[in-house]
Amino acid sequence: MRPANLNSHGVDDRSGYAAEFVAALLDPERAPPVFISGPNGKAATKRYAVYRNNVTVSLINALAATFPAILRLTGEDFFRAMARLHVRTTPPTSPLLFEYGRDLPEFIERYEHARSLPWLADVARIERAWLDAYHAADAKPLLPETLAAIPPEQLGGVVLTPHPAARVVRSRYSAVTIFAANRRDGPVPRIDAGEPEDALIARPALDVVVRRLPPGGAEFLSRLSAGEPLGAAAEAASTSASDFDISANIAGMLEAGVFTDDRKGNEQ
Amino acid sequence: MSKGTTVSAAILTSAVAAALSSFAHAAPMTEAEMSAAMDAGKEKCYGVSLAGMNDCAAGPGTTCQGTSTVDYQGNAWTLVPGGTCTSIEVPGDRAGSLEPLDRDLPA
Amino acid sequence: MNQQANIQRAPVSAASRFPAHPVTGLAGTSFKHQHLPTILADGPQRGFFEVHAENYMGAGGPPHDALTRIRRDHPVSLHGVCMSIGGPQPLDKAHLGRFKALVDRYEPALVSEHLAWSTHVTSYYNDLLPLPYTQPTLARVAEHIEEVQEAIGRPILLENPSTYVLFTQSTMSETDFLRELVRRTGCGLLLDVNNVFVSATNHGFAALDYLADFPLAHVGEVHLAGHAEQTDDEGDLLLIDSHDGPVADAVWKLFDIVIAQRGPVPTLVEWDSDIPEWPVLKAEATAAQAILDHHAQSIIPGNAYAAR
Repeated sequence: MRPANLNSHGVDDRSGYAAEFVAALLDPERAPPVFISGPNGKAATKRYAVYRNNVTVSLINALAATFPAILRLTGEDFFRAMARLHVRTTPPTSPLLFEYGRDLPEFIERYEHARSLPWLADVARIERAWLDAYHAADAKPLLPETLAAIPPEQLGGVVLTPHPAARVVRSRYSAVTIFAANRRDGPVPRIDAGEPEDALIARPALDVVVRRLPPGGAEFLSRLSAGEPLGAAAEAASTSASDFDISANIAGMLEAGVFTDDRKGNEQ
Repeated sequence: MSKGTTVSAAILTSAVAAALSSFAHAAPMTEAEMSAAMDAGKEKCYGVSLAGMNDCAAGPGTTCQGTSTVDYQGNAWTLVPGGTCTSIEVPGDRAGSLEPLDRDLPA
Repeated sequence: MNQQANIQRAPVSAASRFPAHPVTGLAGTSFKHQHLPTILADGPQRGFFEVHAENYMGAGGPPHDALTRIRRDHPVSLHGVCMSIGGPQPLDKAHLGRFKALVDRYEPALVSEHLAWSTHVTSYYNDLLPLPYTQPTLARVAEHIEEVQEAIGRPILLENPSTYVLFTQSTMSETDFLRELVRRTGCGLLLDVNNVFVSATNHGFAALDYLADFPLAHVGEVHLAGHAEQTDDEGDLLLIDSHDGPVADAVWKLFDIVIAQRGPVPTLVEWDSDIPEWPVLKAEATAAQAILDHHAQSIIPGNAYAAR
């Protein structure tokens, strides 16, 4: 039985401090709560601003740390203004800061001042996937020997288990090239953003790797990851890209550790 | 294109064999050998390698610090991208505008 | 009454995967990943490392690899920063489960959390927010501490906050509030001396008066850190718990007084922003170690204050 003074989230705010305290944290127009003060009844406007500032700035900094390429691409002022609006409209729902920023790519797509950068959201998706791969569970990559040991007539029916860190991000723009040029030191060359690129983000050991997938690669890996057997995935990839190179794609997926050595089954 | 005609068992088998031979490893690799092989093979095997990627910042931490950084209000220039995006070109469009847009400031 | 002697000791289970490095009388530092290569190159050293629990709540990857390497050769202190123990809503069970898993996995020498809150309804505010000190909040916080201690199977150390505002609702002092939490839950205390100095300055009381009223016998760890200076609405000095520089001289003096009375409890130098090269941070810990060692020779630990 829930006491009448508990709301649907179980908040027992009989002392009446939490709801009022947070109300103005992300709303600079709103006055601080009336029940706070400095010593001897001194004003607490600037004192409350310390909390407001801590919350806003630390969350903007968290986004800057997760999306360093977006920060470099757009510049400090633009990034922080955009991130501040995002923080105020979409504060984190998890206490784990490395989970924050999942909604930023869609936010960028809607942000009117980023309209001249239609490729920006996809670069943010690669950065978000990079951090997910970084924190993903450890798993041993599928060994070439495991695949080599499968009888030829059973190869087409092999179903692979995706590595927890592996992700594919598809883009209509040159998102991988733009990402790569802005996540390392040194000058950024002129880049034609109009070349569609698909990214593979993986972590075969401790280091996250990001690769541009060859033609048909994204279709191939996405279908394999969805549980389709090797033969059917290769078939679909060939259909989607006439120059799909099965051998190079299998070598690449083994090398990048897209799958783990935990084979689900090899029945047709 | 009907299912099974383009990718036969024979094609798959030879593709896997070719993929494995490109590794040129006779015995199961240790983890260290695996990562050494990957570093060496990045360029030739799978599209662009991203030198320096591994030095990228880790995820943001959670700290119990306060911060004395002042949260500033946006001004018009904060609405114009000002980083390396000027070197990214979209066909049929100009790279980022350099003029402040006459828009409302973000809240 | 609680058993203060148990506060500092990590459980030693048959399934232990790490050595039980003792933490008694040691100075330690925040563990930052950029320092890992230097720390490993230096080899095992005298001291402990403290990590923020939340940064190791991912499933795998480099953070766990780094912490495992550190934990093999050193005592580790697990410091939670967002359990929201001081909030009016029930603890996040998933978060509590993650916290317990870390305690089980790394067998930390010390486990601590804050007298503060950071989550309201579903939003996480990423700051250590203050609470009024009243009988209802006392009961609520005590329930939360007991829930955490039950989940992890050991007492926690609760840290006194640095605050910038006072609540008109408050009916008791912070030291009375903490003392009563210790009495009700058996938890220990993490005395952040910089927080005492920051709050004393911000609220116009004497840090020494606060310390004289602090239940020192239940202190299982001390924190030291740097702070920054701002001003309040009246132009008076307002200190910010910024963790971005060396420990202030006044805080070193208070620390020396605390250790002279309490004996050499494990002491951490925190540095979370504008993080310097490893030798700079290590030098701060070395300074703390010297004070701990000095008083270890002249004081019998635990005698200065008896449990009330």
